[in-house]
Amino acid sequence: MRHLLTIEGMSRADLEDLLDLADEFVDVLDRPIPKVPTLRGATVATLFFEPSTRTRLSFERAARALSADVLTFAPGTSSVTKGESLKDTALTLRAMGADLMVVRHSATGAAHRVAQWVDVPVINGGDGAHQHPTQAILDALTLRRHFGKLDGLHVGIVGDIRHSRVARSGLQAFSTLGARVTLIAPPTLLPLDMTDWPVEVANDFDEVLPHLDVVYLLRIQQERGGTTGFTSLPEYVRRFGLDDSRFARLRPEAVVMHPGPMNRGVEISPHVADSSRTLILDQVRNGVAARMAVLFRLLASPGAER
Amino acid sequence: MIVIRGGSVFTPDGIVTADVVVDGDRVVSVGDPPPPTALIEIDATGCWVGPGLVDLHVHLREPGQEWKEDIASGSRAAAAGGFTAVVAMPNTVPVIDEGHRARFVGERGLKVGLCDVVPAGALTLGREGQHLAHLDELIEAGARIFTDDGDTLVDAGLLRRAMEYLAGRDCVIAQHAEDPGLAEDGHMHGGSVSSRLGMRGLPALAEETIVARDLALVELTGAPYHVQHVSTAGTVELIRQAKGAGLPVTAEVAPHHLVFDHREVESMDPNFKMYPPLRTPDDVAELRKAVLDGTIDAVATDHAPHADHEQEVPFEEAPRGVIGLETAVGATITATDIDQRRFFERLSINPARIARLGEHGVPVTEGSPANLVVIDPTAVWTPERFHSRSQNSPFLGRKLTGKVRATILRGRLTHRETE
Repeated sequence: MRHLLTIEGMSRADLEDLLDLADEFVDVLDRPIPKVPTLRGATVATLFFEPSTRTRLSFERAARALSADVLTFAPGTSSVTKGESLKDTALTLRAMGADLMVVRHSATGAAHRVAQWVDVPVINGGDGAHQHPTQAILDALTLRRHFGKLDGLHVGIVGDIRHSRVARSGLQAFSTLGARVTLIAPPTLLPLDMTDWPVEVANDFDEVLPHLDVVYLLRIQQERGGTTGFTSLPEYVRRFGLDDSRFARLRPEAVVMHPGPMNRGVEISPHVADSSRTLILDQVRNGVAARMAVLFRLLASPGAER
Repeated sequence: MIVIRGGSVFTPDGIVTADVVVDGDRVVSVGDPPPPTALIEIDATGCWVGPGLVDLHVHLREPGQEWKEDIASGSRAAAAGGFTAVVAMPNTVPVIDEGHRARFVGERGLKVGLCDVVPAGALTLGREGQHLAHLDELIEAGARIFTDDGDTLVDAGLLRRAMEYLAGRDCVIAQHAEDPGLAEDGHMHGGSVSSRLGMRGLPALAEETIVARDLALVELTGAPYHVQHVSTAGTVELIRQAKGAGLPVTAEVAPHHLVFDHREVESMDPNFKMYPPLRTPDDVAELRKAVLDGTIDAVATDHAPHADHEQEVPFEEAPRGVIGLETAVGATITATDIDQRRFFERLSINPARIARLGEHGVPVTEGSPANLVVIDPTAVWTPERFHSRSQNSPFLGRKLTGKVRATILRGRLTHRETE
């Protein structure tokens, strides 16, 4: 593995290798001193051109837990406001000694472009509505740790699929690992053409609800035009929100996931958000381990850059 | 004096193998024994010889965006591509919506002298779609094609008025057909690939609904109407029906739409970003057929230069359009395997007629204008570097069949391949 840019094309073995490794790092994070020296001397740069809390912090936490140094780039306080391009920003950070770059950007393919310009591994930390591969890996890790395996699990992804990179990368990882995936949204929040996608599609949440093992909720991506996909927020909530009455009709062993940030009272009721059957904080915890696994594979495995 | 020996020549009486002799700005003989020595000799054995190519659709970026291209560099690219006349789109800075600006473009072209640069006029002031441009001034300055290209004239009432105003003026209205509502600021064709890449898609219907609507106005007004860069099978069908009904409609297609489909965008290389976008393989097949059967009258490049630094961005942030002047011949022959007669109809005769250019697109005969091109239709080559100031070509590194050997404008050699 040279870069991690997309889940598309990754085999079951590729994914399971990362999950196995991540499991070990979960154990590391449980130790009294949750730190290993593996990446001492390496520098991980995070280039986040879009606002983010958990993903950037999670990567930085993962890098430090592997004893790597961190270079943080944030556009609000940087030369991007002076017109510096993505290319020059990447080259500048490389020249400062970055050994790996995590790129988050509002445009599809931004991380792919950076990977063409620099000679170090690049991790896609989310590109437009395209892919968010480490989110898919941490979600698969969370499901595998909770259920033992993904084979046969029925995962319903609910909400603004059209504008969601989490949905695109997640559904590929879940189905490669043996889960059955149903996308649940009004037609206006679904991609135009899903020919060959390994998914089923439902427009009626209530019909599918009792059959799901996992309800994966997405937020409306207002910044990408998600609000044009429905009539009004109250009407959206009535049809697609996981409120208390829908929550009560879930199978007893079913769980709720959300990539964050949540909008309480919209896609998820406050009661559901705080319930013990949500894995939302497990996702956050496992995210650090999953990213440690990816950093390790790209920087410390035989044949890796360093 | 120039002698072009042994080529397959496009004459008013069909294709004949003959020597062509040029003296001054005229062809002085076709088929007669040439003089034993001439100032310039061109061996055209195995080559097509015909009237210089005419491009109905180029963006030369002058005035205002000379870092991308100017009339000199664009003319050089045109000559290298076999063109003796190009129609410059009016979306410059400032917009060509007044007579003196159109005159500037034409005169710059003459001064450079590598290719006739014919200004197209904007249809509306500033291409803003609100008020008609200074159409009379533009006509006096030589504009015959009127378009807000780059944008669509969305207001059907204003389009109707333009059609009525220009009726009987020997002009044509050309439309860049893209309904902004349906287009939704899409970055690529709306379909399976855009869905997977998570990019906003621009559906085929955005083009087809505008063309269908405009054709109803053509039926009402009888005004000549030209569809720019047709990209979908549905548009081809609309044009076929309109022509069947006898409407004064013409259409062009860009070479890149004959060669590539939307799967190329998976590379996320901005050299595959253009409007209209690359469509599906089925659309490509239909466009190729329409070029061969004449439903589409002309191949026009939509040559749209952008500088390297503007292309070094993520796909969605890249500007619209790609260059095409120097690859039009190779792309057209490679995509369609077209014969010589139809090739010159689509790239010279028909576009010259649509642009109302009397001295271009004339079959080669004694006394015809010495605007000529020599093309080797079997030469295989791979584009690597262009004369254009910009290099944003989707054909970089792609093998093409068909290459320009020489271009002649008014009896002067404007390009000769050096090998």
